[in-house]
Formats: sequence, C-alpha cells, structure tokens
Amino acid sequence: MTARSLTQGRSYGEGEHPVKPRLEVNIGGLELKNPVMVASGTFGYGDEFADYVDINKLGAVVTKTITKSRRQGTRPPRVYETAAGMLNAIGLQNNGLQDFIDNKIGKYKNLKTKLIVSVGGETNEEYADIVSALSAYKEVSAFELNISCPNIEYKDKIIACDEGLTLRLVKEVRRATRLPLIVKLSPNVTDIAQIAQAAQEGGADAVSLVNTLLGMAIDVKSRKSVLGNITGGLSGPAIKPVALRMVWQVHNRINLPIIGMGGIMNARDAVEFMIAGASAVAVGTANFVEPKTSLEVLEGISDYLCEHRFKTASELVGSLNVS
Amino acid sequence: MKLEILSNVILKEDHYLLELSAPQDFKEALPGQFVHCRIEDSCDPLLRRPLSLHDVDFSAKQGLGIVRVLYKAVGRGTQLLASRKPSMSLDVLGPLGKGFDLKTLDTKKKIFIVAGGIGVAPLFFLAKQLAARSSGRPVAGKVVVLVGAKTKEQVLCEKEFKKLGCDVHISTDDGSKGFKGRVTDLLKELLPSTLPAGRQALTICACGPKPMLAVVADLAKKNNCQAQVSLEEFMGCGLGACLGCVIRTTSGYQRICHDGPVFDAGEILWRG
Ligand SMILES: Cc1cc2nc3c(=O)[nH]c(=O)nc-3n(C[C@H](O)[C@H](O)[C@H](O)COP(=O)(O)OP(=O)(O)OC[C@H]3O[C@@H](n4cnc5c(N)ncnc54)[C@H](O)[C@@H]3O)c2cc1C
Ligand SMILES: Cc1cc2nc3c(=O)[nH]c(=O)nc-3n(C[C@H](O)[C@H](O)[C@H](O)COP(=O)(O)O)c2cc1C
Ligand code: FES
Repeated sequence: MTARSLTQGRSYGEGEHPVKPRLEVNIGGLELKNPVMVASGTFGYGDEFADYVDINKLGAVVTKTITKSRRQGTRPPRVYETAAGMLNAIGLQNNGLQDFIDNKIGKYKNLKTKLIVSVGGETNEEYADIVSALSAYKEVSAFELNISCPNIEYKDKIIACDEGLTLRLVKEVRRATRLPLIVKLSPNVTDIAQIAQAAQEGGADAVSLVNTLLGMAIDVKSRKSVLGNITGGLSGPAIKPVALRMVWQVHNRINLPIIGMGGIMNARDAVEFMIAGASAVAVGTANFVEPKTSLEVLEGISDYLCEHRFKTASELVGSLNVS
Repeated sequence: MKLEILSNVILKEDHYLLELSAPQDFKEALPGQFVHCRIEDSCDPLLRRPLSLHDVDFSAKQGLGIVRVLYKAVGRGTQLLASRKPSMSLDVLGPLGKGFDLKTLDTKKKIFIVAGGIGVAPLFFLAKQLAARSSGRPVAGKVVVLVGAKTKEQVLCEKEFKKLGCDVHISTDDGSKGFKGRVTDLLKELLPSTLPAGRQALTICACGPKPMLAVVADLAKKNNCQAQVSLEEFMGCGLGACLGCVIRTTSGYQRICHDGPVFDAGEILWRG
C-alpha cells in the first residue's frame, strides 16, 4: 500500500475543510518539526541523498555512527538480500571524530532541520569523549548512542544486551553533555523493555528502536557465508512485526519518548509504529529501495492525521485500541 | 525516475538487450556508469539491481534518447526484468558512479578493451565513445577488443565492435570459437608483440569477473602499462551512503558505486 492510498476514497463534505494537523513532536527536549527522520547508517551524512531528498524537510537527520578513531570496517561482501529484507555487516566504517569535525560538520551550517549525531565506541570513555567534544558545536542538536557494537571494556559484550552495562554507559555519557541523549536499543535481547528501563534510569532523554536483528545466510555452492563477517544485521520489511511489538512493549514500560524503526517502507508502516507508541519514526533500508521514501512517509502521515481528524501528531502516539 | 521500456529482447542464451527511453539526464553519461534498477514495487526483490550503461544514444531526430542495457538473467531480479514488456516502465536511479576516465586514455596509445562474459556490457559504450572521439579517423589498429565467453553461443557484441572499426579477437573457454582458453591468456599472447620494450605504449580497459580482472591488473603491471577496470559487488543504496559495496584499495575501502565502478587497476588490493 502506498502512502497515497491511505486517503483514497475520502471526500470532505461541503463547507468542511480538513484542518492541517500539527506535526511537531518533542523527543525528550528535542523539538522536531515533524516526526520523520532517517535511520543511522542508511543515509550517510545526508549529502549523498541531496539529489533526491530536500533533507531540510525531514524532522531530523541522523548521521552514520561516528567512533573516536577511524574504523576501516569489515571485509566484503557487506550486504546481501534476503526474503523481504537485507543483511549487512559494515563494521561501523567511518573516518573518526576528528575527520567529522574537520570535514563534515561545516556542511551542516545551513541545515534547516535537526542534526542528530550517532555515536559508537569501544569503551564508555570513548562515547563520553565524542559526546563532550561535539556538544560544543551548534550544528549538533542531539546524540544517538549506538550501543549495539561490542564493548572492549567489558570483554566484547554488546552493551545493549546487558542492563548493567547500559545503565553504566548512559550514566557516564549523561555527565558529558546537556544535549538530548537518545539511546538506541538492540532487538537481540529477551526483554527489551528492561534495557529501556536501564537507559531511562541512566538519564536518557529518549530511546530509539530497533537496531538490526542478528542473522546470516549461506552460499551452499561454496559453503561460505554470504558476508565477509559471517554474521550480519537483518533489516527491512522482514523485521517490522518484531520491531513494532518491541516498541509497544517499551511504550508500556517506560515514560521516555520512543523513536520507532525497523522495516518502515511507507506511511502506513510509520503510522503503525506511532499507534504502538513511537513519538517519531526513522526510515532505514527503504532509503535504498526508494531514496524519497522518508518524504513520502511524512506526507502520508499528514494525510492520515487529516483523514482521522487528529489535530496533532502526538495524539496518535500510543493510541492503540486494546478494547 | 521511471523510464519507458521501448524493447526488451533475448539475444542469446539468457542474455537480453533492454532499451529504455532516456531523458536529458543521460546526455553526458559516461561509459562505466550504471543505472540502479527497481525491478518490483513490492518487497521481492527488495533492493535495486545495478546494471551498466551498454549504450546511450541521442542521435535520433526529436532529441529523444535511448539507453541500452545488456544483461544476463542470473537470478530472481534479472529473470523478472526479462519478463518486462515494451510500454511498461522501469524505475531507475542514474546515471551513477564514476565511469572510464576518457581523458587519461591517450589517443596516440593503443587501447586494449578486454571483456569477460557479461562484462562486455559497459565496454561497447566505451568503444563507441572512443570511435566517436577519433572523429572519422579509423580506430582499427588503435582499439583492440578481446571478447571472452564460455562458449560460441555466449559471444556478445562481436559484430557491433567490428562495425565501430575495432580489431576484434574472440576467446572461448571450450574453443568453440576463436582462441581456446581464457581471455586473459589471449591478452597475454597479444600484448608483448605490441609493446615497445620498457615503454608504456598502451592502456587496458577491462570488465569481467574479479579473478579475471586481477590477472589483467597483473599483466598491466608486468608490462608497465595503465589499466582501468570496472568492478562489481552487491549494492545497497548505489549512492555512496551505506558503505555496502566496498573494495579494498591502497587507500582503504572504496565504494564501488561512488568511487568506482571503474578504478585504476594498480589501486586495487586483489587479495583483500
Ligand atoms: C556496477 C555494476 C554493473 C553491472 N552491470 C551489469 C550489466 O550490465 N549486465 C549484467 O547482466 N549484470 C550487471 N551487473 C551484475 C548484476 O547487478 C547482477 O547480476 C544482478 O544484480 C543479479 O540480480 P538477480 O536478482 O538476478 O540475482 P540474485 O538472485 O541476486 O543473484 C544471482 C547471482 O548473481 C550474483 N550477483 C548478484 N548481485 C550481484 C552483483 N551486484 N554483482 C555481481 N554478482 C552479483 C549472486 O552472487 C548470485 O550468484 C552489474 C553489477 C554492478 C555492481
Ligand atoms: C547498511 C546499514 C547500515 C547501518 N549502519 C548503522 C549504524 O552505523 N549505526 C546504527 O545505529 N544503526 C545502523 N543501521 C541500523 C539502522 O539504523 C536501523 O536501525 C535498522 O536498519 C532497522 O531499520 P530498517 O529496517 O528501516 O532499515 C544500519 C542499517 C543498515 C541496513
Ligand atoms: S551501495 Fe551503498 S555505498 Fe555503494
């Protein structure tokens, strides 16, 4: 179903004018002009999509995850298509914090939307260092902590898979900035709401979910994994039901705003996430399929709100009918 | 953008020629560039498929352009593409990527074009541009084309290259046509006789499977000549954003969709 078809068949009575709904949302102190953003790692630094999307129309742009030092990333092949989804193992390839400051941040000078920097690290200190260094730049509006990478400090454990590690990391990074902190959760856990609670206790302003689900695929001819890294992260429509369920669970457990993502291909998907409890949504894999998806989603959400007589986007959030 | 399918016909065993109506965006397109094609509106296949520009033709009167794509049906996406009929449309992004560097292709030097299998697709467009550049002067003796295929039935574009005036050599793995063996063995045979000792008097442009390109790169190095190779990898965005399509080079991982697909062979770390 396309964004357009959401409003098909709707006709307004005489003298009846649809009121333009208010799209602004507040994500833990971060004021967004609308609830649609792009997911980290699927939109580069924004400029790669400039020919297709006026990024200033988005609620926010989230960068590829930045680490303190340069990371060369994993051995190719790095992406592979699976049923209604894709596997990726990029390994957080990026040029590091200093390069971001020297060569990238300046490009956002005239940005007319919010810039959220995704931050990764191997130790808690690295996260705190990046956040503290970038807080000084007025271009940066908020941080998203990508805590789904292995943490060397705790013997290669994934932070987001452990309550205690999540709590400690968020606490430490909290001290490094006054800007809104969004904690990005991993779906590879038994109880995601428990981790979300730890993030809340640590001082997070919002949570975003989900990151990719761990997966793999094998080429039976060579008996090799299709990915250089052997395993990778699954994203796209295949994971949407799982992601949606997790948003609903987290929404029921904590009080922080949620940024929902995982397989959003169109406005209907996005509306589902909002009904389940997401205050904002992020478009990821769909950017590869159609670079304009994020703007189509935005338009479709607005149409939906109009059609269903919502005056604001926030009214829709968590409005699941459980009767 | 949605381009109208003008025709889509089978040439030989699983090999198809697709013609699309092309807007002005393609007028300056370079050989080696590609279009990133959305085959289905649904989720299967989900990702776009990269296909090289086989030819871009704006010679028609009304200024209407044609983009040609030569492809081999190897899996779900390309098989579905093969079933598309004229007057349907195909959603493409492009032209994308960095093509062959025509500026560094010295017209005084001999140019060897080496095609392995479906790798011939972008090389016809290259040969055509080289022929156009020589503005009427014959390219025979200047542009040498080596077309490698598994069997006689899979040899592509022979006539077309000849029409452009190129010297054409064929190799087949089974010896059913031309030289018996790999196209790189044929290249090895043809190279020494044309190379004045120690002087870099020729350039190689190649496209084909990675192991073949590795041999081409090695031969180029040994003969002290420049080689440009067009590489392939699975792609996500096709726009340089996802870092999914990388190849290891002397300056780290580079994106095939954005920094390539055409690279200087000397930059590639083939065993990476
Ligand atoms: C820059 C670029 C230009 C290309 N130009 C052409 C062209 O002009 N004509 C043409 O026929 N093909 C071309 N290819 C290869 C083409 O993209 C793949 O054959 C196609 O994506 C396969 O899709 P599928 O759904 O049919 O097969 P799938 O079911 O996805 O895969 C079938 C088989 O094809 C292989 N394959 C899939 N994708 C790729 C890929 N991107 N590169 C290499 N092998 C792949 C898989 O390993 C598998 O064995 C190009 C690739 C790149 C990267
Ligand atoms: C190619 C690719 C690269 C990604 N890189 C990152 C990253 O650097 N940091 C991060 O937090 N998430 C990364 N993700 C995860 C996405 O941001 C998103 O959480 C996930 O893909 C689910 O959403 P989707 O199904 O809409 O793609 C990446 C996803 C993909 C497909
Ligand atoms: S396919 Fe995304 S960077 Fe090349």
